[in-house]
Amino acid sequence: MRQRRVVITGLGAVTPIGNSTDEFWTGLLEGRNGAGPITLFDTKDHVTKFASEVKNFDAAQYMDKKEARRMDRFTQFAVAASRMAIDDAHLDVKALDADRIGCIIGSGIGGFQTFEDQFEVFMQRGPQRVSPFFIPMMIIDIAAGHVAIINGLKGPNYATVSACATGSHAIGDAFLLIERGDADAMVCGGSEAGICRMGVAGFNALKALSTRNDDPLRASRPFDKERDGFVMGEGAGVVVIEELGHALKRGAKIYGEIAGIGYTDDAYHITAPSEGGEGAARAMKAALKDGGLKPEEIGYINAHGTSTEYNDKNETAAIKTVFGDHAYKTLVSSTKSMTGHLLGAAGGIEFIATTLAVQTGKIPPTINYEVPDENCDLNYVPNKMVEQSIEAAISNTFGFGGHNTCLAVKKFKN
Amino acid sequence: MTKEEISKKVTEIIVKKLGVTEAEVKPEASYVEDLGADSLDQVELVMEFEDSFSLGEKIPEEEAAKLSTVGSTIDYLVTRLAK
Repeated sequence: MRQRRVVITGLGAVTPIGNSTDEFWTGLLEGRNGAGPITLFDTKDHVTKFASEVKNFDAAQYMDKKEARRMDRFTQFAVAASRMAIDDAHLDVKALDADRIGCIIGSGIGGFQTFEDQFEVFMQRGPQRVSPFFIPMMIIDIAAGHVAIINGLKGPNYATVSACATGSHAIGDAFLLIERGDADAMVCGGSEAGICRMGVAGFNALKALSTRNDDPLRASRPFDKERDGFVMGEGAGVVVIEELGHALKRGAKIYGEIAGIGYTDDAYHITAPSEGGEGAARAMKAALKDGGLKPEEIGYINAHGTSTEYNDKNETAAIKTVFGDHAYKTLVSSTKSMTGHLLGAAGGIEFIATTLAVQTGKIPPTINYEVPDENCDLNYVPNKMVEQSIEAAISNTFGFGGHNTCLAVKKFKN
Repeated sequence: MTKEEISKKVTEIIVKKLGVTEAEVKPEASYVEDLGADSLDQVELVMEFEDSFSLGEKIPEEEAAKLSTVGSTIDYLVTRLAK
């Protein structure tokens, strides 16, 4: 039994398949695909010329225009998703103890575009022409800072950074702070806007991106034998989580409960996963143990499923290590097949997908699943969503540096 | 450049950078008190004035510190550009 139970009461998402939680979730269930040619910059000399961009995003809808001008795109996404999550939770901060409401929003890279722009100014015009807003637009923690200023959140506030596990670490840390008694409610998640010239060049250099330029809609194909790398995505996923008593007292609607978390590291290689997904398996085991859950109770796994050769193979092996025979019974899907890989924001939006799957019994598919791979032989919910009532689910995210994070969500029962 | 031309350009820059209306940018308006600027906005404004008026040499810090109102900025630029 947990000292203080933590429930999920608000959801907010800005994604390549929709700029609201409803559009995002409907998109996942319909198998909507966010990939397309890159419009954010000229890709003439880039190997990969497509990505999963956020479309028709209007920052002025969510924040003051002047403030928006002082924010990198990743911060604008974070502020917008936070606005949605706080509104969805009906969290009236002014009427509550603001000292006990905090914010943790991470990003894998932060203000990448800002860095590019200002480095260009620096190179062409010298150090004295660099903008006074360069640093406060670029630094990763500034998203959480802006969200606190705008919403008056005076509790614990910082950013997490663990590459593609960032969003999950933000939610996991927020959960720990609430359980420990340092906060009653937290606005938490991840944000990313790395689709810029250097971003795509860098991931191309690592050979991590799909190069299927002739058919972007078939590029993100997790667990499929013809997968050839991930598709870069962008956006933000932010949630409001709170101590059960705090949520009940104010009559909040409750989507689900955070059952437990598991954090590990591969201690193996900077970018490659360890053999057989050893570190990932330990993270899943840790989350189950922390949540007092038996493997058989997990009805759905929202996989990290990046669509790279190594991740999908090793994650599949890790799931088999942890779940044994049940690995073939539980449903496993990668929503990255639709959204692309949102890097530091992946853990945020995928936690939302996992929560809604538990709440509604609707399981999003893995689209583009066509050619089975002998190394990936689980039930990946191919191409069409399924309806199946489940009691609990986990969300996996793994990041460069060997970081593994697993968050377990269960149905809320008072 | 005439004073009117300088004044017009200064107003345009302030409207763009601070997100205020043209009517608010009166000569007596203080950047901080009337136009909602903070210290970072002021640094950025000075850089923008240097660029837009092609001043070449930067506005010295002790001079920049005195430019607290729209009018003082226009007066400074009129003198500076007359040299």
